[in-house]
Amino acid sequence: MSKTGKAFENGKAFIPFITCGDPDLETTAAAVRAAAENGADLIELGIPFSDPTAEGPVIQMANMRALNGGVTTDQIFCFVREIRREITIPMVFMTYANVVFSYGAERFIAACREIGIDGLILPDLPFEEKEEFLPLCRKYGVDLISLIAPTSENRIAMIAKEAEGFLYIVSSLGVTGVRREIKTDLSSIIKVVREHSDIPCAIGFGISTPEQAKKMADLSDGVIVGSAIVRLLEQYGKEAPKYIGPYVQSMKTAL
Amino acid sequence: MTNPKGRFGVHGGQYIPETLMNAVIELEEAYDHYKNDPQFNQELTTLFNEYAGRPSRLYYAKKMTKDLGGARIYLKREDLNHTGAHKINNVLGQALLAKKMGKTRLIAETGAGQHGVATATAAALMGMECVVFMGEEDTIRQALNVYRMRLLGAEVIPVKTGTATLKDAVSEAMREWTSRISDTHYCLGSVMGPHPFPTIVRDFQAVISREIREQILEKEGRLPDAVIACVGGGSNAIGSFYHFIEDKDVRLIGCEAAGRGIDTAETAATIATGRPGIFHGMKSYFCQNKDGQIAPVYSISAGLDYPGIGPEHAHLYDIGRAEYVPVTDSEAVDAFEYLARTEGIIPAIESAHAVAHAIKLAPTMDKNQIIVVTISGRGDKDCAAIARYRGEDLYE
Repeated sequence: MSKTGKAFENGKAFIPFITCGDPDLETTAAAVRAAAENGADLIELGIPFSDPTAEGPVIQMANMRALNGGVTTDQIFCFVREIRREITIPMVFMTYANVVFSYGAERFIAACREIGIDGLILPDLPFEEKEEFLPLCRKYGVDLISLIAPTSENRIAMIAKEAEGFLYIVSSLGVTGVRREIKTDLSSIIKVVREHSDIPCAIGFGISTPEQAKKMADLSDGVIVGSAIVRLLEQYGKEAPKYIGPYVQSMKTAL
Repeated sequence: MTNPKGRFGVHGGQYIPETLMNAVIELEEAYDHYKNDPQFNQELTTLFNEYAGRPSRLYYAKKMTKDLGGARIYLKREDLNHTGAHKINNVLGQALLAKKMGKTRLIAETGAGQHGVATATAAALMGMECVVFMGEEDTIRQALNVYRMRLLGAEVIPVKTGTATLKDAVSEAMREWTSRISDTHYCLGSVMGPHPFPTIVRDFQAVISREIREQILEKEGRLPDAVIACVGGGSNAIGSFYHFIEDKDVRLIGCEAAGRGIDTAETAATIATGRPGIFHGMKSYFCQNKDGQIAPVYSISAGLDYPGIGPEHAHLYDIGRAEYVPVTDSEAVDAFEYLARTEGIIPAIESAHAVAHAIKLAPTMDKNQIIVVTISGRGDKDCAAIARYRGEDLYE
């Protein structure tokens, strides 16, 4: 089993998302520790991008705060290398294709392996374009995580069959951000996935409360929470990690 | 091996969220069907001719030619189209296609506002809802066009994120499209974005070079030596180049906005200062820092103020078929004024970048050589901004 798949061995997985360098890498390190100590099964680390087209306002602002703070890809690699000494759960990068491409795909993906990153989520790299990075991800043993959206319909089987690590099921149309209600028929989507693959499915986009998390986890193998955590960073800045710990615990317990 | 679909050499592709994949596939299928449909083409030609006022004139600029003392200069008058720019060509095509697809709502990004105005116009004509995303900075620079869009029944949403200019308007329109796909067509305004947009927009704009070819053969009995057009995303340029790509003796020259100069950070000259990247759905050249963060570009022209270039241009550059030259704000403003005084034609500040290069190039050529310059739009919208650039306290 791939390293990211291991996140699903401890019951339903809770996957928090944290933007690296928001507001600085010391805070990110403390937030990662708080999440890991309180039951996170996998951590999605965002490498900020200037123009994150799949993100809603909350994560867009986090990207801006991080970039305005001067964080660079190399600094993030150093930070991960350091924190990897104490964090044993899988960690993946979430960023945009240009961050990888521009750094030099091979140099970037080789670095992922070297510093202990287990997977890569690139929301602007659909199935049709995955060959851009997949051969390198295979070479260095980094899972290239596939996404399925509410509009995927006839594409679900094709994506599920070739998916690696886990499948990221996008709960709703639109961009990332907290939603009051998730209306997509996710159980039908996951049913189609199950017909073609036994890969774990994690649902993300719009989940913020323990009740929503429970509901989503009942349909799948885990939940991904981004904006709700990023909002704590927005609100409390350097103090946010002490709020992130209890929040992660409440979410993991609910699953 | 990367996906060969929608590629121009290594450039192009479909680097977009999964949420949009079925939408672009649906669009591609519809376009592949309708592009060969005689009735669709008949309807589009009628719209071009009866509504937009095509064919646009190829005007011999006699005074300019004489003044510069070199090549004979012709101006392709896209500024005379309905709504005042080449943008209407693409918009009429896409709106008609969207209507055939059963879409009832058009969304668009706009920089200078010309594409937004054209989209609002087509939406009014075809009875569709219209929402235009425009960088907040641009809504200030181009206040008159904001009013025109609203007058035409469109909703204009000022985009405050990032640099609040064209790239942010594109990002926001893409975000909007992911949230509402079933009834909405994203009427992209340039030869950029994910496949099939660069091909669709190029095909609808190719009417420009089809006409230039016919008109110059009629007037001069031969093809031009150079075709010059301004390039942001590059739609009027690819439209002007397309039917000459196989004619290797015709120089194709795209004029990029150098802003305050390509040796400053305040530039939007992508070929001169960018490098390969993946952004807004395509692989192409982009202005970016060493970490791949997209640069906050600058040009006096809101329509050229974009950090990338369409993938077909990137390819034409790679294979050496087209040349791309930087033109500064200052040169463009001089050309804006020059064309007004010399020919009585006020070009859009975007198009003035092409005029500026023609002013440099013509004197270096023989008197029996021919240059065609595409005047992609008219400059009424720019008068207040240029007056301010010259230190006059003029507000609309």
